[in-house]
Amino acid sequence: MSMPFYVSPEQVMTEKADYARKGIARGRSSVTLECAEGVLLMAENPSSLSKIGEIYDRIGFAGVGKFSEFDQLRKIGVRFADVKGYAYSRDDVRARALANAYSQAMGDVFTRELKPLEVEVIVAEVGDDTLAGHEKNAIYRVQFDGSISDHQGFCVIGGAADELTNFLKDQFRTGLPLREALQLGRTALQRAAEGQPRVGPENLEACLLERSRMGRKFHRLSADVLRELLGS
Amino acid sequence: MQVPSKYQGASFTELLATDHRHLVPDLARFSQGEARLRVPEGTTVLALKYADGVIVAGDRLATEGHRVASRDVQKVYATDQYSVIAIAGAAGPAIEMARLMRIELEHYEKIEGEALELDGKANKLSQMIRANLPAAMQGLVVVPLFAGYDRRRKQGRLWKFDVTGGRYEETDFEATGSGGLYARESIKKTHKAGLSREHGLRIAVEALVDAADEDRATGGIDVLRGIFPIVNFCSTSGVERAADAEIEQVYRQILAARPGGVQG
Repeated sequence: MSMPFYVSPEQVMTEKADYARKGIARGRSSVTLECAEGVLLMAENPSSLSKIGEIYDRIGFAGVGKFSEFDQLRKIGVRFADVKGYAYSRDDVRARALANAYSQAMGDVFTRELKPLEVEVIVAEVGDDTLAGHEKNAIYRVQFDGSISDHQGFCVIGGAADELTNFLKDQFRTGLPLREALQLGRTALQRAAEGQPRVGPENLEACLLERSRMGRKFHRLSADVLRELLGS
Repeated sequence: MQVPSKYQGASFTELLATDHRHLVPDLARFSQGEARLRVPEGTTVLALKYADGVIVAGDRLATEGHRVASRDVQKVYATDQYSVIAIAGAAGPAIEMARLMRIELEHYEKIEGEALELDGKANKLSQMIRANLPAAMQGLVVVPLFAGYDRRRKQGRLWKFDVTGGRYEETDFEATGSGGLYARESIKKTHKAGLSREHGLRIAVEALVDAADEDRATGGIDVLRGIFPIVNFCSTSGVERAADAEIEQVYRQILAARPGGVQG
């Protein structure tokens, strides 16, 4: 029987993390912004496979990295939310609990499995003015190793996350109207793409968690609406 | 991935059955034995086509034997933006079925990224009714109507069901529940193709008034308490509920037109 080589846990973790970061860096970035109308989730996406999805009445999801992996996480989120809403009430389904569940699951994969997940996700929740104590928006970012953080105003995930975060720190203002938030997000994504390709209504996926809607607040902004708002 | 879900499909009821058994409503268990449970029953619901789509309406009374269980129970539910379920039978399981149906459609839409076709929705409901058969054998019968606007065929459509999950598409109108027979008799006298919204509303309200007149378990219009039937219009612009004031106005017109009626 051959003895396995000893590899220090530190080295294993570093190599796994490098592997995951490289995988994520290959894909495009995704931006989430709070705006006057609610919370806006955006991604540069020329394909018909969505990177942004509806989780529940007030909760949206965005993922970057390997499609099959973050889409699986999205579906897990929908199942988690629907079962919770059925067992308790629709108002009991909150982004924080879901982000924590993601954090546990992704952290678990990172430590136990040989291959870490090559994804980062955002869980965003829009506030509801009719529910006392639930008025605030919430944005959570969960990384490949399960590390979780909450963000105010905006959040970027993907390969260019650090650069775009610095850009948005300078540019972002609270209470931007939807049109301006959308244009700012587009400019940010354009920077990540280094000008190529041009980010416009054709290759932009944008979804809004709209504060004033009743019930399901998540909806997709169609190419026509984007064209109108972006003025191109 | 270490996530508590074995089930990988797009159906919420199957997800419950696979991974969350304790949440599945097992009604047959409660209705076993000699003595049948006395549970509130919902009574008359109806659906009829009009020019823009389909109208679904239901009275508000739930009865327990000869007693009133609730005067303002809801029997007509929007299951999504373009479809409506109307329930008759044992109120508890029927309301739960309407709730599950709504979650089922939303769950599918979120997982798959697009909504089911109207036929697919009706088929799903038929499976849910079939799953309730053991409870139905014990007396907890649920027989809903399902209606909606079919955006592919650009028309309103409606279905009735039997306890075995049998699904029957109706061409013009249908009513079910204890007063369903009277409601149907009432509708058939005046229903025709291409009805206007106003005319359709009047036929629906009149049918419920007629059903309440003949069937003691159907609630009429309770002007004193301000309890009106629920009437939903389902068309290309989605599901819209008629305002109580509108129903009251129609009701007064109906009374005025009857022999010995009073001007409202």
